[in-house]
Amino acid sequence: MSCWETIADYGLRSIGIGERVLPREGFTLCQQFTLIGSGMIWNIYFGVLALCSGFFLATAVALGKASRNPVLQKASAWFIFLFRGSPLFIQFFFAYFLFLSLKPVSPIFDPFTSAWLGALIVLFLNTAAYSGEIFYGALQSVPRGDIEAADAYGMSGWSRFKRITWPTMLRLAWPAYTNEAIFLFHATTLVYFSGFPAWQQRGDALYYANFFADKTFNPFIPYPILAFYFILLTLVIIGLFGLINRRLNRHLPQENRRKMALKLNIIR
Amino acid sequence: MFSFCVDPASLDDLAWMACYLTTGKHMAIYTSVFTVFLLLAITAPTALAFGFLGASSARSHFAPLSWIGKAYIAIVRGVPDIAFFLFFVIALDQLFEWIRHEIKCPDWTDSIWQGNDFVVCDIAKLPLGNAPQWVHETYGFFLAVLTFAIVFGAFAANVLYGAMRAVPQNQLETAEAYGMTRRQVFWRILVPQMWVYALPGLSNLWMVLIKATPLLFLLGVEDIVYWARELGGAKTARFTDYPHGDWRMWYFLALLVFYLLFTRVSEIVLDKVMLRLTHGQATLAGDAQRKAA
Repeated sequence: MSCWETIADYGLRSIGIGERVLPREGFTLCQQFTLIGSGMIWNIYFGVLALCSGFFLATAVALGKASRNPVLQKASAWFIFLFRGSPLFIQFFFAYFLFLSLKPVSPIFDPFTSAWLGALIVLFLNTAAYSGEIFYGALQSVPRGDIEAADAYGMSGWSRFKRITWPTMLRLAWPAYTNEAIFLFHATTLVYFSGFPAWQQRGDALYYANFFADKTFNPFIPYPILAFYFILLTLVIIGLFGLINRRLNRHLPQENRRKMALKLNIIR
Repeated sequence: MFSFCVDPASLDDLAWMACYLTTGKHMAIYTSVFTVFLLLAITAPTALAFGFLGASSARSHFAPLSWIGKAYIAIVRGVPDIAFFLFFVIALDQLFEWIRHEIKCPDWTDSIWQGNDFVVCDIAKLPLGNAPQWVHETYGFFLAVLTFAIVFGAFAANVLYGAMRAVPQNQLETAEAYGMTRRQVFWRILVPQMWVYALPGLSNLWMVLIKATPLLFLLGVEDIVYWARELGGAKTARFTDYPHGDWRMWYFLALLVFYLLFTRVSEIVLDKVMLRLTHGQATLAGDAQRKAA
């Protein structure tokens, strides 16, 4: 079987299109590359959706934590502590079993026990908490002069927030937020190891890498392939976020722009 | 455990719960909490040692050594950590068995990779096939600790490398001007001063390490996650004196609370340590303390 046929058969295996049966023996390099790559679809799905939806909740949580209303402030602080203080792995387990016990209550909860929705919700809340803390930190360091200048121009309330506070906050938070995005994508690999079942063996990249390592007793091929894909993904994220960073800083003189410092060292 | 636990079916709720939570299996989950602490107690210093080695070799002026150090820091950081956990446990196991195989069975001619199997001679197996259960468990735990130490060593190396570069250059130049050798500068000037710069990063790393401990479950150790799944599952009256429905949700809620408390306590302690370390330092934090006094 040529490699093209393998790609045609297994390229979209992780979302249920193509050959149903996974290879049983004589695992070729091509099969491993194709299936692990096919699993990346799920990593990207979880990462992109959680990041995009989490962004808005993160902004809300950051504003809540910075607000003077004690109820809002406490609620946001607790939300952040809850999701940053406990392991994501346990959060996945808890959410899965929570949805499982809610299942008999109402059929509405049926989709929540499958990974595509249940795990996505956990990732969404988790990234909202982590980014919320980053945005809160940035919000605290918005220069006072900027706000005073806005006041002098007669801006207040929503227009001041939209045109001054929020863009400055994003500008300050962006390098840290890039790291957060990278970690979120790394964290998506936990999904299929934490209760959420891989229905009909449709899993993410690590699921397939683990499958091959278990079958061949040889970890030295599938895991480096996985690493290759993730390094590629990381570079794409850095590129995209770098473009946004350039746009956020486009009015500043060259030397005042915040450099994208790549720091990768957090698990959750 | 208690004397009134003879017939659980006749007990009222509170007493039933007291009996239920002290069965032999529940003792196993409480001991596995100590497994977590043990893992942290062993891994933290080992990872720090790995990190120190990594950081000092990345600083080395001998190019190959510095490449090794930098590659160690870079590779582990670019890839999901959990992939490394899954990888190292098998890879290390095979590495040890292969080394023993080469030493103990030098006249073995077959390849150790036979199709889909990894085969070494019997006396090179780790642990030996006839070893008691606890040896297997200890070996599994040892592999887990080593894996944690390698992965977290890379994170620590990154922190320490940054801290070493944060020590003011003038300090090192002054030491050289006094005629110290490179080795003396490193041990007498650089190392004692770098800790204050490393502490924020290291305490962050400690938090991350705490939150990584449930991954022990993936490495095949019978840890709290394993027991929470075991004990929480629905039990029928046929197999146990304490039948109950699916309680896994509550078990994981308890784990969630345990980790939240653990990180909170760590946070408070580390803040205290930082306060002590910055006392009298010529940094912003030290200035703040001086002004407050």
